[in-house]
Amino acid sequence: MNALETTPTPIAAPVGILAELTHRCPLGCPYCSNPIELEQRAGELETHDWMRVFSEAAAIGILHAHLSGGEPAARRDLVEIVAHCKKVGLYTNLITSGIGLTQERLKQLADAGLDHVQLSIQDAAPESADRIAGYKGAFARKMDVAKWVNEAGLPLTVNAVIHRANIARAGRMVEFAVELGARRVEIAHTQYYVWALVNRKALMPSRAQVDKAVAEVEALRETYAGKIVIDHVIPDYYARYPKACMGGWAKRTLNVNPHGKVLPCHAAETIPGLEFWNVRDHSLGDIWFNAPAFNAFRGTEWMREPCRSCPRKTVDFGGCRCQALALTGDARNADPICHLSPHHDKVSEIAATFDEVDENVPASDYNYRMLKTQVPA
Amino acid sequence: MSNLATISDQAKPRLPRGVHLKHDETRGEWLLLAPERVLKTNPIAVEILKRCDGTATLSEIVDDLAAKFNAERDRVDADVKALLSELAAKRMVDL
Repeated sequence: MNALETTPTPIAAPVGILAELTHRCPLGCPYCSNPIELEQRAGELETHDWMRVFSEAAAIGILHAHLSGGEPAARRDLVEIVAHCKKVGLYTNLITSGIGLTQERLKQLADAGLDHVQLSIQDAAPESADRIAGYKGAFARKMDVAKWVNEAGLPLTVNAVIHRANIARAGRMVEFAVELGARRVEIAHTQYYVWALVNRKALMPSRAQVDKAVAEVEALRETYAGKIVIDHVIPDYYARYPKACMGGWAKRTLNVNPHGKVLPCHAAETIPGLEFWNVRDHSLGDIWFNAPAFNAFRGTEWMREPCRSCPRKTVDFGGCRCQALALTGDARNADPICHLSPHHDKVSEIAATFDEVDENVPASDYNYRMLKTQVPA
Repeated sequence: MSNLATISDQAKPRLPRGVHLKHDETRGEWLLLAPERVLKTNPIAVEILKRCDGTATLSEIVDDLAAKFNAERDRVDADVKALLSELAAKRMVDL
């Protein structure tokens, strides 16, 4: 050991909170980022709990509050929550499927101070969109919601998750977002965790499909410069280096689940042995700085080779812990997406099995996400 | 990127709904908040953005800044147009 004491890097304040207000959702998207064990309605945080959480979030320096789910519109107190976020100075972003919103409710949300709406679309082709969502009529409803968002004067982002059944229309989705009046579009290739990992066989496109779709979307940046901002999340199974997952573990954002459990990322509960704290027992600041799950992979001390001596260790932070676990069996390993990982051949092998696929996916191939026991909305 | 020449002196720049200039107490700095974006904002940019209220024309903003900071008007004009065209391309300013 070095005799000189190293000064620990101070832990920076978080910039964002992803509030999973509920796991209830009318849609069943097979790539849902919620955990396989969805939280039931019973036990969800009450309005006053969420208000305290958002007050604490603002006090520790959080800037953006992402109100998500499940479908956040399933919460009857959504307007109240938005008004409270506004009061404590948080930027509020509603991440919604649109189902459960009405024109009247959108007006109320806008009046309460909502800053931005992010609306998901499953595909630019209606029938395919409804099949992916597992909900007939979802597409048509979303068209209404986009119109109401514009009429309420709220800025709109359209979000589309890309996979085999819609990848032929990746570029079309950008044009479609422009037609819907969006100022920003997220074209996000599926990341294979939790539900998407369960459904990987039905979701993953071929390398050729990916290359074509990525080139198509990139070319549209110039076409729509100044008209729409394109955020493009490219698929990592075909990459050389891993993504900087979450911008680094416990470095920028935190998730609060419907029952108050605080996670460093959506999928963190898939990692065994992590101790998560709950907002019912601890303040958000205490959790951010001191909860064992947050400190488990914070910084670079936990790393093994090839990450430990890698010059990119503060660029991509070893990639994704959940993916390292899912594909190598150990969350401390380098994300095997990295070509320097000794497990990288596993990723190439998986990817190679999709060489021959086409875009036709029978609906029966999806495991739609659902609560174990159906609860009335 | 947008061309500087395309910004008219009569444009009335404004921050659209969903974009806020905010002084962040925790970090002690001015930030421009937009959907999924946080931009650190230097003191010059803050002075420019505070004037983008949708009422003042670009030319008035430049006059005001040049007078207040006793700076060369052409230089200020170039700085303001550079910042606003960059932010307009990110849809963080409407012109």
